[in-house]
Amino acid sequence: MSSAARKRLVTALLLAPAAVWLFLFLVLPFAAIVVFSLGERAPAGGYAPALTLAQYANLPARATAFWNTLVLAPAGALACLLIAYPVAYYLALKVLPQRRLLLVALIVIPFWTSLLIRTYAWMYILGARGIPAFLELVGLPEMRFINTPGAVLLGIVYGYLPLMILPIYISLERLDRRLLEASADLGATPFSTFFSVTLRLSLPGMMTGFSLVLILLLGEYLIPTLLGGGKVFFIGNALVDLFLQSRNWPFGSAIAVALVAITVVLLLAANRLTARLSGARQVDLL
Amino acid sequence: MSKSYRDGLPLSAREFIDQLLRFRRGSISRRHFLGVTGLGAATAVLAGEFGLKPMPAFAAGELGDRMSIATWPNYHDPQTFVDFTTKTGVAIEVNVFGSNEEMLAKLQAGGSGWSLFVPTNYTISTYRQLDLIDPLDLAKLPNYDAAAQNKRFTAEGEVAGVLCAVPKNWGTTGFAVNTKKLTAPMDSWKSFFDVAMTTGSGRSMVHDYQLTTIGNALKYYGYSFNSLKPDELAKAEELLLKVKPHLFAISSDYQPAMRSGDAWLTMCWTNDGAQLHRDIPEINYVLGKEGGEIWTDFYAIPKDAPNKPAAYALLNHLMDPKVAVKEHIANGAPSTDARVNALLPKDLLDNPILYPAADLLAPLEFGAAATLTDPNRAELMARFKSA
Repeated sequence: MSSAARKRLVTALLLAPAAVWLFLFLVLPFAAIVVFSLGERAPAGGYAPALTLAQYANLPARATAFWNTLVLAPAGALACLLIAYPVAYYLALKVLPQRRLLLVALIVIPFWTSLLIRTYAWMYILGARGIPAFLELVGLPEMRFINTPGAVLLGIVYGYLPLMILPIYISLERLDRRLLEASADLGATPFSTFFSVTLRLSLPGMMTGFSLVLILLLGEYLIPTLLGGGKVFFIGNALVDLFLQSRNWPFGSAIAVALVAITVVLLLAANRLTARLSGARQVDLL
Repeated sequence: MSKSYRDGLPLSAREFIDQLLRFRRGSISRRHFLGVTGLGAATAVLAGEFGLKPMPAFAAGELGDRMSIATWPNYHDPQTFVDFTTKTGVAIEVNVFGSNEEMLAKLQAGGSGWSLFVPTNYTISTYRQLDLIDPLDLAKLPNYDAAAQNKRFTAEGEVAGVLCAVPKNWGTTGFAVNTKKLTAPMDSWKSFFDVAMTTGSGRSMVHDYQLTTIGNALKYYGYSFNSLKPDELAKAEELLLKVKPHLFAISSDYQPAMRSGDAWLTMCWTNDGAQLHRDIPEINYVLGKEGGEIWTDFYAIPKDAPNKPAAYALLNHLMDPKVAVKEHIANGAPSTDARVNALLPKDLLDNPILYPAADLLAPLEFGAAATLTDPNRAELMARFKSA
């Protein structure tokens, strides 16, 4: 066997498990969703075979849910980013090295508990017997936190913060400290060093974190349901209702396809933007 | 030598992180990781708690060692299942659902794994039509006595003369109100929505369930709970959109919010109303005088039930009046079975939440299958929730 052929064979063998996995659990289900989206709702719910674009024509019926998602998901990801960056910066550049692992572990460990349980805990913390009761005890007027958009945002930031901190932390940790010294030697203030060196070089980490959180938020339904009292309606909630309540599978499938399309477009745009901002260097997002 | 709390620990923080990172690098096995960190033991304990470990078999394993049922929140006396497991060795996994549509969707998708479930009256004909449930073999249910059943509540268990489901209990859909917070008397769906928009603003809940939320909004105008007429539904939608900014939540899980005091007013099913009133006497359960919904929940066995022998055994256990009576005491819903009513304590039989006066029951309607599956009502609900 020639060495080139051998190399190709090894590559193919290495890629085969992932390819089979993706084909079975991503490509095939997605094909099924596309087929469903061209069908009709059976009279008692479910799917009836058909070949129609009616479901796609009906997409404006969920315009509000799409709009809520497209506003709140980037806002949530941005809030995560603004809170996560100082934490990651501290972890990567400021903290004593012997404490660093412990602190990283403290950020990761809550992830071992189900998001559902952690979000449910917030229902009680924010509910009348939680923080509001404490505030009344110290003499403040009656307040309500649960089932407000603010509670949803809090839940989102709490739930997804580690996903934002870790990629930024990694990109900052790899940062070549000599660049910071060089910048200082050349007369830059710490302020301008941060903006023209540190921030720029951590951009790939920021975009990775932003994309990770954004993708998850685009499909989010649990947090708005539990902390928003079912009044904050994301596209994820519309999907759950269409599959589990009104059982309009074809329309739900059409929305799922549209959501995937929106996600892909947003990611491509984010990728472009990162490439441009970080100076045409090759950047791998995920 | 100084003593520290760390001395007794099996693993120091540093060692734990080392192991964690080695595990993540793949240089130690999962088994070793679970062993040294103690997480394996924790998982094994949890698995035992949740019935993942083999249980002692009964009658040479004829019934298997586990089964799964789908039912409603706060709906059973937990002791019922414990007793059944002790008697038969069959561990019961309980899945709790928020709506009939969700149950239907799971069964329609297949592979639910349930051997027994608790559908409401208006879904049974649909399940039968979709061929998702088995006709019941009464020979395997000696504890069921058709003659003892009140026919008003049991009729929908039969589809085209074939018995497909037997009743668990009946009930009504009214509303629960915290009378300490909302003192004005309320007796109608009109008052429910009017209070929700005024004194109860920010403290009121409607179900995350189109059948009841739209049905009760229809009753505000005196229309049928089951109306599918576009102009009547438009009026109901107008009312719901008007009330939405005042709502505390759109959720069928209203007990926690009513108990904590977050919510003062909610659409409510009999059994929840009875439980709330029992624990917090100032929470009253009210039936709208315009009417509203009356319902029966049934037990049925899915066609693809993985453990039918255990399903029949459990169903027969539940049909035993001595067992059923404890179920009714626990969940606070009235019984369809005269044998059970004879055993119920007098205070339950006299409880107007469970057994309302005849004049309040008369105008109530059973939900219809078409009401549940109507696409226009589903879209109305989606517009209401996303508004």
